[in-house]
Amino acid sequence: MLVAEALTDASHARGFLLVLAIVLPVAGVLLAVVLGGRYAERIALALLPIGLGVSVAIFSDVWEEGKALTYVLGGWEPPLGVRLRADGVAVVMLVTTAIVISCTVLFASADFSTPHDQKEARRPLAFWTLLLAVWAALNTVFLAGDLFNTYVALELLTFAAVPLVCLDGRAETLQAALRYLVFALAGSALYLLGTALLYGAYGTLDIGLLAERVRSEPSTWTAIALMTAGLLAKTALFPLHLWLPPAHAGAPAAASAVLSALVVKGSFFVIVRIWFDVMPGLSTEVAGQLLGSLGAAAILFGSVLALRQTRLKMLIAYSTVAQIGYLFLMFPLLIGSAAAGTWGNVAWTGGWLQLVSHAFAKASMFMAAGLIAEALGHDRIAGLGGIGMALPTTVVAFGLGGLSLMGLPPSGGFQAKWLLLTAATAEGQWWWALIILTGGLLAAGYVFSVLTHAFSKADGVMALLTPISWRREAVVLALALCALFLGLLPLRPLDMLLIGRSNPWGVPLQ
Amino acid sequence: MNSATLLGLCAAALVGLGLFGLLIHSEPIRKILAFNILGGGVFIFFGVVARRGAAAGFDGDPVPQALVITGIVVAFAATALALALVLRLSQMSGKPISGTPASPERREGAGERC
Repeated sequence: MLVAEALTDASHARGFLLVLAIVLPVAGVLLAVVLGGRYAERIALALLPIGLGVSVAIFSDVWEEGKALTYVLGGWEPPLGVRLRADGVAVVMLVTTAIVISCTVLFASADFSTPHDQKEARRPLAFWTLLLAVWAALNTVFLAGDLFNTYVALELLTFAAVPLVCLDGRAETLQAALRYLVFALAGSALYLLGTALLYGAYGTLDIGLLAERVRSEPSTWTAIALMTAGLLAKTALFPLHLWLPPAHAGAPAAASAVLSALVVKGSFFVIVRIWFDVMPGLSTEVAGQLLGSLGAAAILFGSVLALRQTRLKMLIAYSTVAQIGYLFLMFPLLIGSAAAGTWGNVAWTGGWLQLVSHAFAKASMFMAAGLIAEALGHDRIAGLGGIGMALPTTVVAFGLGGLSLMGLPPSGGFQAKWLLLTAATAEGQWWWALIILTGGLLAAGYVFSVLTHAFSKADGVMALLTPISWRREAVVLALALCALFLGLLPLRPLDMLLIGRSNPWGVPLQ
Repeated sequence: MNSATLLGLCAAALVGLGLFGLLIHSEPIRKILAFNILGGGVFIFFGVVARRGAAAGFDGDPVPQALVITGIVVAFAATALALALVLRLSQMSGKPISGTPASPERREGAGERC
């Protein structure tokens, strides 16, 4: 028996890498809690290269093999056992997460360090453990092969993200954290109810097995509707976005970067899993158009509200609401593409590219806003005059991130929006193309309004409260350049996104 | 009507009540209570699923019970975190948690989390 199991595992000799991707950050969290704040930072720094290395190793394995990497825990095959599975999109997300977290650690080590001559405080310890916990939870979300593990991972993500919001301990951040928690909890209860329905109907929660068994019937529709609604609350898609701006704007800059760049994408990832892995071919055009319209509304409302903000971090947070909307344009385009042929691949690539480029761009912009707020002591947009001269690297990084949001070449955001636009016009769904273009114009409006203020003359003498180290500015710029250079990637590596998908866009089953 | 159907209807009623409470109440403490009622409904529903033995046609299916234990632990932890936030907020603002004034002892041990 053992020999037979060893043989099945041998086909995925590097499957243990998937376990490492989850276990390493978890071990980091536990060690940090035991050893205390002074060591927490060192543990995070030590885990960076290892975690990044593991992610890249998984990426290169999936890339070379051209098929998904799986690991069956304890040798128990599903439906009884639990499977970890890294397909193309999962490994892209793993690597993106590793890069953004690494940059965050480098950026935050100035904010949350404990010098030798100071006593340990609770704030640094909380930040480093929570950051590692976010990393562990995200990796679990991406690698989980069944819907219940996904639930547990999403809950871990919420529990790590909510305290990050109120790290400052000010009353308004506590309020924002509580609101975030209430939305997330309502969402997770609905998600759990959906998994119960699916288990009751099909007797498994393994994504691969469900995809074979699932039928178009009322219990499935109810389950999918409940789970999607719950996850939308966690992803902050319009009109469930109310919690996001105060939460993301109130958190410390390094935490906002992770929350906006990665955490909301975790639940989005699960929505895509459910719609295109659990029930390929069952999603109807009406449902796709509905999700797309919510996305379109998010783009318009988010951008208009971003334009009206007077504080920089609030502006960036509302722009996240808008950019999340673009992700949901994938759904009508993919579902509609069943008739239109290969355009589904274009929309799929565009959607994921939007996700990755937004992650880099938004992390960079939140960190830039953090540096600006540190230097000026405030983040009122009207009072930014002269900062463009004082912190040129930071402001340029902000602008480069902004290129991605607007969708101007050569940024990753340009390529993403261009692919979505092409798919929309090719499939005859021209109304999404209009939304994409309008969203780009509005984004240009709010990015340029910040840049205009930043490059205008200072009112009086420009004095920075604290000097800003060039290392932190370099991290911000590096993230912005990641977002920019994504647009220069040749399209072939993007085939990566299709690895491990058999019946991608739900070509109708009849 | 057999026991599984009865329990199923109870679960549906609890979920409905919980959702209703989450939507109409603005006080955080009531929202947390509503979430717990909603959660209770979901957990009972897992029991119904186990009773039906959907997986293998057994008399009772053990897997949903294993799942529901995890769910209960998560809901418990979530409630604790939410209550810690509520307590800390009322401590900072001096406002009572609900309609009645908060007692001094309650303020003492509150909100170690954030």
